Formats: sequence, C-alpha cells, structure tokens
Amino acid sequence: MQIYLPIAEVSVNAFVLLGMGGLVGVLSGMFGVGGGFLMTPLLFFIGIPPAVAVATEANQIVASSFSGVLAHLRRKSVDLKMGVVLLIGGLIGAAIGVVIFNYLRSLGQVDLLVRLCYVVFLGVVGSLMFVESLNALRRSKNPAATPKRRKHGLIHALPFKMRFRVSGLYISVIPPVIVGIVVGILAAIMGVGGGFILVPAMIYLLGMPTKVVIGTSLFQIIFVTGFTTLLHATTNYTVDVVLAVLLLIGGVVGAQVGTIIGARMKAEQLRILLAGMVLLVCGKLALDLLIMPAELYSIGAGAGH
Amino acid sequence: MIRYIALFLLLWPVLASAQNEEIVADLSQRRVSITTNFTGSEILIFGAVKRSTAIVASDPLDVIITVAGPDESFVVRKMDRIAGIWVNAAQQEIDSAPSFYSVMSTAPLEDILSDTEDLRYRISKERVIRAVDGGAGAAAPEFTEALIRIRESEDIYQLNEGEVSFFDGTLFRAQVALPANLTEGDYETTIYLVRNKSVVARHKTTIAVSKVGLERFLYNLAHNQPLIYGIMSLFIAIAAGWLASAAFRLLRN
Repeated sequence: MQIYLPIAEVSVNAFVLLGMGGLVGVLSGMFGVGGGFLMTPLLFFIGIPPAVAVATEANQIVASSFSGVLAHLRRKSVDLKMGVVLLIGGLIGAAIGVVIFNYLRSLGQVDLLVRLCYVVFLGVVGSLMFVESLNALRRSKNPAATPKRRKHGLIHALPFKMRFRVSGLYISVIPPVIVGIVVGILAAIMGVGGGFILVPAMIYLLGMPTKVVIGTSLFQIIFVTGFTTLLHATTNYTVDVVLAVLLLIGGVVGAQVGTIIGARMKAEQLRILLAGMVLLVCGKLALDLLIMPAELYSIGAGAGH
Repeated sequence: MIRYIALFLLLWPVLASAQNEEIVADLSQRRVSITTNFTGSEILIFGAVKRSTAIVASDPLDVIITVAGPDESFVVRKMDRIAGIWVNAAQQEIDSAPSFYSVMSTAPLEDILSDTEDLRYRISKERVIRAVDGGAGAAAPEFTEALIRIRESEDIYQLNEGEVSFFDGTLFRAQVALPANLTEGDYETTIYLVRNKSVVARHKTTIAVSKVGLERFLYNLAHNQPLIYGIMSLFIAIAAGWLASAAFRLLRN
C-alpha cells in the first residue's frame, strides 16, 4: 500500500515503514536504546530526504521514550532531579545543534557531518561496549575477581555540588550539564535521542547506578527530542507527521515484543549483541565514506527554494 | 516603400495560408489530486490539426509534446575525495529547472527540430535548465548533465521519442506518466507542430496538480502554523506512547 507523505513529498510503501518501525522497535525493546541510530540511516536508504528523516525521527523517539519512561516511573527508577539538570544542558545543546544543522545544510555538508558523527560515535560506543561486555562475560565465569572500587577523580573536585538522592550521588552539576549539552547537540544533528551515548556517560562518567540510568536517560530524551521536533518544525518545516505515525505504530508494538525477548536473555549476551550491531552499522557507514560512490553528483534544494 | 507594402498585402493570404494550421487539443484530465494513496497518474493528451487548406503531402508534419512541472532552483554538488573520504566539494547553482519534465515526439528530436528553434522555444531538457554562471562557466555543462542523468534515472525527466501517435497528419495522441513523488503546481503542457525543423504552431494548456484532503491540511498547517503543527506532532507521539504502555499493561494483567 503506497502512501504519499505530505512533507517529504515522496510516495512510500506503508508496510515497509511499519516493518522498519517494528524491527527497530524490537531491537530497542531488547537493548533499551531509542533505536534512532538505526532508523535514520534506514530512512535515508528508502529515499526520505535527510532533513525530513532527522526531524521526523526525533518526533518518533518522543513516542517510544515516553512509553518507556511510564514503565520506569511506576518502578521509581527515574532520578527526576538528575533528569532536570541533564535536561537544562540538553535544551541548550539542542538549540546549538539546530543552528549548526541549518548552517551546514546551507553549505551542503549536513550529510557528511551526520555520517561522520555516526561513524565516530557508533565506533567508539560499540567498541567500548564490546570490550566491557566481553570482560563481564569472563568475570561471570571467574567469580573470584572482585569489582573495582569507584575512584574519586577530577569530577569530585568541581564546584556547585548538589545532592541527587535517587542516584545516591553528591557531585557538581557541571559534568551532567556538559553531558546534556553534548547529547542535545547530537540529538539535533543526528536525529537520535542520544541514549547510546547518554547511558554509558551516566554510568562511567557520572557514576550513577545502572538501575536508574535507563529511566533517567529516557526522561531527559523525551524533552530534548520534543524540543528538537518543535525547532525543526518551526524553522525547517521538515517534520512529517504521517511518516512519524507509521513509524511509531510499528515501533511501539515492536518494542513490547523486544522487551519479552530481552527478558529471556543474559545481560552480557544482550550487550555483546548490541555492540556487534552498533559496530556493523558503523562499519557500513564508514565503508560508504571510503569507497567511491557510484554517482558523484547529488541534487539539493536551491537557496531560493 | 509603398510598393513593398502593396506586395506584402498581395502575398499576405498566401503567407497566412502556409501557417494556417492550428492545434485543437485536450487532456483526459486537467486536475491531478494528490491524495494519501496517490501512486502517480497517467494523462492522455489528444488533439487534431485544424487547417483551412488541403494537406501538403511533400512537407510532413511532426508533433512534439512537453509537460513541465513548476520551476525550482537547485544546487548540484559533486563529491570529491578529501583526506581519504568522499565529501561534497564543488557545487553549481541551477537557477531554474522544472521539477518534472517529459518530452514526447513523433520522431527523434534531432531529426525534426533545429537547434535554433530548440533554443527559442526551450524544448529539449538541455535547454530547459538554466544554470547560474558563477564565474566558472566551464564547469556548468557537467553539472547540468548530472542533474539530467539523476532525474532521468528517477524517471522525473523523461524523453519518449516516437511515443506520440500521429494519424494522417491530423490526429495525434500521447500518454504522459506522472510519477508518485510529484510536487504541487501547474504543469505546463505545450504541443508543438513542427515542419521542416521549425515550429509552425503551438498550443499551451496546464494540468493543475494539488494536494487535497489530509495532505493539503497537513502541508498547510506545517507551513502556516508551524508551532501548532509541531505541538500536534508531539501530542500524537505522547498519546501513542501512553496508549502503548497502557495497552500492554492491560495485556499483561
């Protein structure tokens, strides 16, 4: 069934979109990530203009993370105070990100920036996660090894300290704000929620306990992607609500299926699988940058458009 | 001087009769409505040559039909290898090029149309695209060629030589396939009557392509009330997220 998308101005198969939403939903339900890093390249692939793909993907992530955060709120695994601090950084970052996005769009380099961001961040996060989960697997076979104690480093020497009761932390607000800004910029440029960066940053940089990390990350992602959606809608008119609805129907159903699959697997196995997938997407994007493209020319909208 | 005018007046009926061929034409539909399930449209263009004198058998007529979507400006970019990776390097602004262009004719264009006439009426794809000469004039052709090549592969630029059926030098008929990813606007349809490589008559008409219903509503809302549209998109997302969570809680209990 073909559906004409009013903003993207292309006609696409509705079942392909539902299927893509479902597939990415299953993966995000299994691994607890938004799935934007998979969905945006897939949207490019089926011919959605990059600007529309990035803006619409932000809108879809609002839906999936809202659905997720409700579950976490019931379990009281959301650090609202930490979420708000991250959010302040995130909103600043999102505003900066949209400005950078529009500037690069006028230069014709948006495509490159988005791809480079993907390759760098997916590569780094994927390899770190892969190594970490391999070690975890080895440790689980050899229970004699004791876990390391948390170190008191530079982060604890910074001013403006604040108590985060749910996370059990007493740290400066500067690191969370900076993490928020970085994630906000990436959310606007890459059309992702930034969960795959935020989650490791909260665990390894801020030292938050893993059980509150996912909920808090989802909480802040709702607002950052919501804000990004509004900014893209009002400055670029590139949010396609028909596309978003098709994606989120598939995504929401897929996420629930994924949660059930995920519950039956070991945490280390899940992390290794996710790392492998992240590295696979990264490798594909890196190859595209390195191999000579079949068509050297591309067409963009003119200034007077 | 008076002699020339007298001569002209004497010859006038003769000159006029040579050009006394008119096109009468119509389309199977003059409006194309883009609805949610729009998958493209086939439009039949048909008509006849109306003349007051007998057909001159020695000078056969040919028909060229063009359908042009609304003009847009583009930037064509060329990728180059910089520091080992492929990035957009050179670029060329295309001042105006139709968003859709189809040329149909009774015979190959080069056989029935001279370059000067092509230049005057801007019939072939190469002529219809106007590039801005940003100082680097030499680079222009490869960029317009790339534009044509890409759009031909996407089937939004079409060249269908020999696709116009022409009966007894009088009746003609052709079919144009409008693709699914159309932009809105007036699609200018021009029918040219060609003899001895020059245009002897021309007939213009338009196909109005517009979004209707939900497509129209959403597009207008997104452009006229972007804030409301954005909030609506967020509301839909939040509602869907809540619905999914609630539905699955019910399912589990």
